[in-house]
Amino acid sequence: MTTVLDPTSESHPEQRGLVPRPKSLDGLTIGLLDISKPRGDVFLNRIEEKLTGLGASVTRYIKPTFAKPAPVDLRHEIAASCDAVIEALAD
Amino acid sequence: MQTMAESNTAKPPLPNGLVAIVKEDCPTCVLVAPVLADLADRASMTTITQDNAAFPQVADWVVHDHDLAYSWFHDIDTVPTLLRVVDGEPTERLEGWKRDDWEAFTGIDGLGVDLPDWRPGCGSLSVDPNRTDEIAVRFSGSTMSSRRVEIAALEDEWEALYDRDWSDGLPVVPPTEARVLRMLEGTTRAPDEVVAVVPPDLADVTVEKIAINAVMAGCKPDNLPVVLAAVEAICTDDFNMHGVLATTMDVGPIIIVNGPITSEIDMNSGGNVLGQGNRANATIGRAVQLVVRNVGGGKPGGVDRSAHGSPHKIGLAFAEDEAGSPWTSLAESRGFDADRSTVTVWCGGGPQVFVDQLSRTPESLTKHFANYLKTNLAPKMAMMETLLVIGPEHMSRYRDAGWDRARFLAELDSHLQLDTDDLIRGAGGIDEGLPEAFAGNTIGKFWPGGIHVVHAGGATGLFSMAFSGWVPPPKGSVCTTKEIIR
Repeated sequence: MTTVLDPTSESHPEQRGLVPRPKSLDGLTIGLLDISKPRGDVFLNRIEEKLTGLGASVTRYIKPTFAKPAPVDLRHEIAASCDAVIEALAD
Repeated sequence: MQTMAESNTAKPPLPNGLVAIVKEDCPTCVLVAPVLADLADRASMTTITQDNAAFPQVADWVVHDHDLAYSWFHDIDTVPTLLRVVDGEPTERLEGWKRDDWEAFTGIDGLGVDLPDWRPGCGSLSVDPNRTDEIAVRFSGSTMSSRRVEIAALEDEWEALYDRDWSDGLPVVPPTEARVLRMLEGTTRAPDEVVAVVPPDLADVTVEKIAINAVMAGCKPDNLPVVLAAVEAICTDDFNMHGVLATTMDVGPIIIVNGPITSEIDMNSGGNVLGQGNRANATIGRAVQLVVRNVGGGKPGGVDRSAHGSPHKIGLAFAEDEAGSPWTSLAESRGFDADRSTVTVWCGGGPQVFVDQLSRTPESLTKHFANYLKTNLAPKMAMMETLLVIGPEHMSRYRDAGWDRARFLAELDSHLQLDTDDLIRGAGGIDEGLPEAFAGNTIGKFWPGGIHVVHAGGATGLFSMAFSGWVPPPKGSVCTTKEIIR
């Protein structure tokens, strides 16, 4: 029998559950996060129109750079002020 | 016959008085077996036997060193060794067989009168190269804290490591405790020291975990300090390993090593410098990528979203040819003294060759280099970043003309100021390009400070290499240098 040492971190990153899916968008605040890739705004403008038409209010956010994870403060702000978030990946 | 009860990590005191350490698998020990019995009888000597418990015979004066604890802790290199022991510790020792010396040592005359006067001893089992790692693990009081994973005897251990998803696709060396312990001898840093927090899982990585992955990559212990420094460098916020991993581009960390350590660990800075065939070059870069994979959890299809990847994402590390360069080294140009050993990590895609076999002046060669670099990444891309690996024959043009690094960079950059009208969207019938607002101006192909230069390659061949970069600083990845701590 060979015994080897575990090369991993021996832990899985903490998993957070998603909030329950809303039954209706009426009256909800939806965050739209632009990751600042070209033409992400085109996509999000259209989404905003659709969401507003369904009775939701929309708040727009933008990441400083698509190349890095969203800053923790921005994530916190979105979590604190929105009921749901849509993140746009575009090119 | 007596036997030590259990293996433990404590140093066992030796029996007081005269002690001989022997093994049956040693012709000299076999030769002196009658002498051992004679001395047991005439001088109450104890004989400690390493291999066969019944050698030289079954008797109350023979002790079996079954786990080699006596031999290991009392530094026995040779058998037979005679010891004089006071309070459990040897105060004198004598190796091999020489009648006069044995008689003087024991104070007993007429020893082994039928034997030859002199015979050299053999190596002690406790220093047998095939056993020392195992013995070191047994007695060192291992402080390694990683989970032990048992691989069944009937399981193919190489396949078992693949099954656990610990490999980059190539076989990995099973990281046994003995191998990891040996790897850790390559550094003075404590196994439990946290070196970095590895993206994307943001997991703490200790010296021990890096040593495990270095074993798997095939590193030698003296490579470990380089791997440690490189892991530290890529896990900085500046280098942005999360983004480097998550991008759909082909990039990965490229590791350039400078300073005295490169020759000490036989890194390649010459022929085939970016290719295969040198153990340190091949395994250091691979170890760093295995840390990202195994500790950080960064795997293709997971957070690694690269559309094509690149062969160099298996790992790429190489040394700069400093001795053959007329210029300051990359590390010196980044503020480190030449006598320091450093790693510099830069995020880039795969290298492409630059061919110029006819330029005899630095002016011609530099212009041609600039023309070539205008297509780096894509002709419409500007304010980018590149790494140039200038080959020795190209470098000789600059040496002969007395150009230094600063002169080269200034001249090169002057040829890389591009007309934005050629680069805006739609120009040349190509949709890709800069926003229209950039029209009517000039712009650098590379941002100021975005050209990194290293001297390396084989002595023959009028070639250099250029790497394409990624999102330049501060938004993407910042070239980062760390000093190597031994």
